[in-house]
Amino acid sequence: MSTLEIKGLHVSVITEEGAKEILRGVDLTIKSGETHAIMGPNGSGKSTLAYSIAGHPKYTITSGTVTLDGADVLAMTVDERAKAGLFLAMQYPVEVPGVSVSNFLRTAVTAIRGEAPKVRTWVGEVKAAMTELSMDPAFAERNVNEGFSGGEKKRHEILQMELLKPKIAILDETDSGLDVDALRIVSEGVNRVKSNQNLGIMLITHYTRILRYIQPDFVHVFAGGRIVEEGGPELAAKLEENGYAEYTTA
Amino acid sequence: MALATTNYLTPTGREEAWRFTPLNRLGGLHDSSVSLNDRISLTYQSLPSGVEISEVNASDLPSIATTDDQVNLRVRETVTQVLRLKIANNAELTEPIFLNRKVVGMAPEASRVLIHAGINSHATIVVENTGDAIIAEEIEIKLEAGANLRFITLQEWDSKAVHVARHHAILEKDSTFTSYVVTVGGSVVRILPTVEYRGPGTSADLCGLYFATDGQHLEHRVHVEHAVPNAKSRVNYKGALNGISARSVWIGDVFIKAAAQGTDTYELNRNLLLSDGARADSVPNLEIETGDIVGAGHASTTGRFDDEQLFYLSSRGIPAEEARRLVIRGFFAEIVSKLHLADVEERIMNRIDLELATVNS
Ligand SMILES: Nc1ncnc2c1ncn2[C@@H]1O[C@H](COP(=O)(O)OP(=O)(O)OP(=O)(O)O)[C@@H](O)[C@H]1O
Ligand SMILES: [Mg+2]
Repeated sequence: MSTLEIKGLHVSVITEEGAKEILRGVDLTIKSGETHAIMGPNGSGKSTLAYSIAGHPKYTITSGTVTLDGADVLAMTVDERAKAGLFLAMQYPVEVPGVSVSNFLRTAVTAIRGEAPKVRTWVGEVKAAMTELSMDPAFAERNVNEGFSGGEKKRHEILQMELLKPKIAILDETDSGLDVDALRIVSEGVNRVKSNQNLGIMLITHYTRILRYIQPDFVHVFAGGRIVEEGGPELAAKLEENGYAEYTTA
Repeated sequence: MALATTNYLTPTGREEAWRFTPLNRLGGLHDSSVSLNDRISLTYQSLPSGVEISEVNASDLPSIATTDDQVNLRVRETVTQVLRLKIANNAELTEPIFLNRKVVGMAPEASRVLIHAGINSHATIVVENTGDAIIAEEIEIKLEAGANLRFITLQEWDSKAVHVARHHAILEKDSTFTSYVVTVGGSVVRILPTVEYRGPGTSADLCGLYFATDGQHLEHRVHVEHAVPNAKSRVNYKGALNGISARSVWIGDVFIKAAAQGTDTYELNRNLLLSDGARADSVPNLEIETGDIVGAGHASTTGRFDDEQLFYLSSRGIPAEEARRLVIRGFFAEIVSKLHLADVEERIMNRIDLELATVNS
């Protein structure tokens, strides 16, 4: 049983005009087995929240805390956060030229598990995970995300999540760019990890479509760098109907 | 060659061709007042059938190309015995031919090699440079019609070596030349890979990789002259620099003469600066005298580690140092993986890891 606890989080980015505050006091607690949907307008700071938790160097934490089972996440290096059990499926996965997917996955799994996976079972494990996500095994020999289509990149993110077995996962618009079938396949992947690992999920999305597959326990409205309303699944339906006008103009 | 009447001047460093080179560190290779030892320094273990190596009097084997490079002229003036490697017509060699440098000390010396690839022959030659030496060298390569030669030189020198070399390839019609220049060692290394086309249907692929750390000056000057129609060239050099006094120079001269209709050429140089102070000079130069070509382009970039790549890898649990190693291996993989020599590839990649580690430790 794990708990990710975000308290009073303020985050800035450095711009040409100086520091610009993006997150203005985020409070959110995610426990194993829970799914929290985060919905909010473009530019409201959802990715900033995701990246700040993962430790992207671009973001400066000005105040607040993030803990995972009491451990200070903000004091950890990026790789330590992953080893502690955090995973971020990125909105825009990065291409790494010259590094094959198989080498990358093997290196990452070795780092997270603390020992190299057994050669005998490893290839089969990757193949099985790829097959479940309807990924051609030929992807293993391609370079990380290089030339992948938008949807292929998202499947590749979930493939990594399946193999790395995190405690808490942040999915930043994993549904964007997926076709109808891929959305179902990727959602099933997420649900598999959720039930196998009792995964806690922060699901950032603009659409209620994915919420039909991955049922949220909580829905949070994110606007102006903070959570402005919380509710159950019915809140998502209301947002789809009315948009964010009432949160952004107020 | 008769009396050594020196009719060229010692370069001063003001010449365009020498302005980047630290002449005071060349151990006298360029200096007409310093004499060079005359010694054959390449050896071999075994030769496949279809290959013949002999030592020939320089007077019986005049140079096949012209040059105005002062060090090259000094090599020609000094050398009395040329190492000649002949690949028979139609020979299909499946195994590479390895030539190893045998070093004897730090007296400046000269070496001349002539490689002759017979009609429709297929071969790979690997020159391995290790240890410390001060050496000026000319390697001339003649590809007869339809020949296909892969020419790989590995500069895995120790830290005091000085190596100034010109590799000149002459391509007869329908021949294919691929050169790989890997320079990861030495104090000063200056290599001039040049290509001369003699017939249509010819193709040259010139690839290189260098990694300079503190105290190293690694210079590569590629010169490709398209003087005949329908020939192709590709140039791709990648370098990394690590350490405040690490220097690299890359010059890419590609000339398309008026007669060279249908030329297809592209040259690329990419540099990664891994520390402050390191300096990479990169000068692509494309001159086109005819509009009737298939394509011509060049690109040069010099940048730092991509933070997004490092973050992506680290966010999957990979420690920062290992992430850097993966990214740098990935950067060079495009060149290294084309060597198709598993042992050499692994050795080069391990060397790259070491060069990278020098700054992070
Ligand atoms: N370097 C920067 N300079 C100025 N503004 C920046 C900089 N980096 C980020 N921002 C701003 O931070 C805000 C939050 O961006 P973020 O990517 O977190 O939004 P988001 O909620 O994920 O949006 P979307 O729904 O479009 O993905 C945006 O308004 C963005 O323009
Ligand atoms: Mg976003």
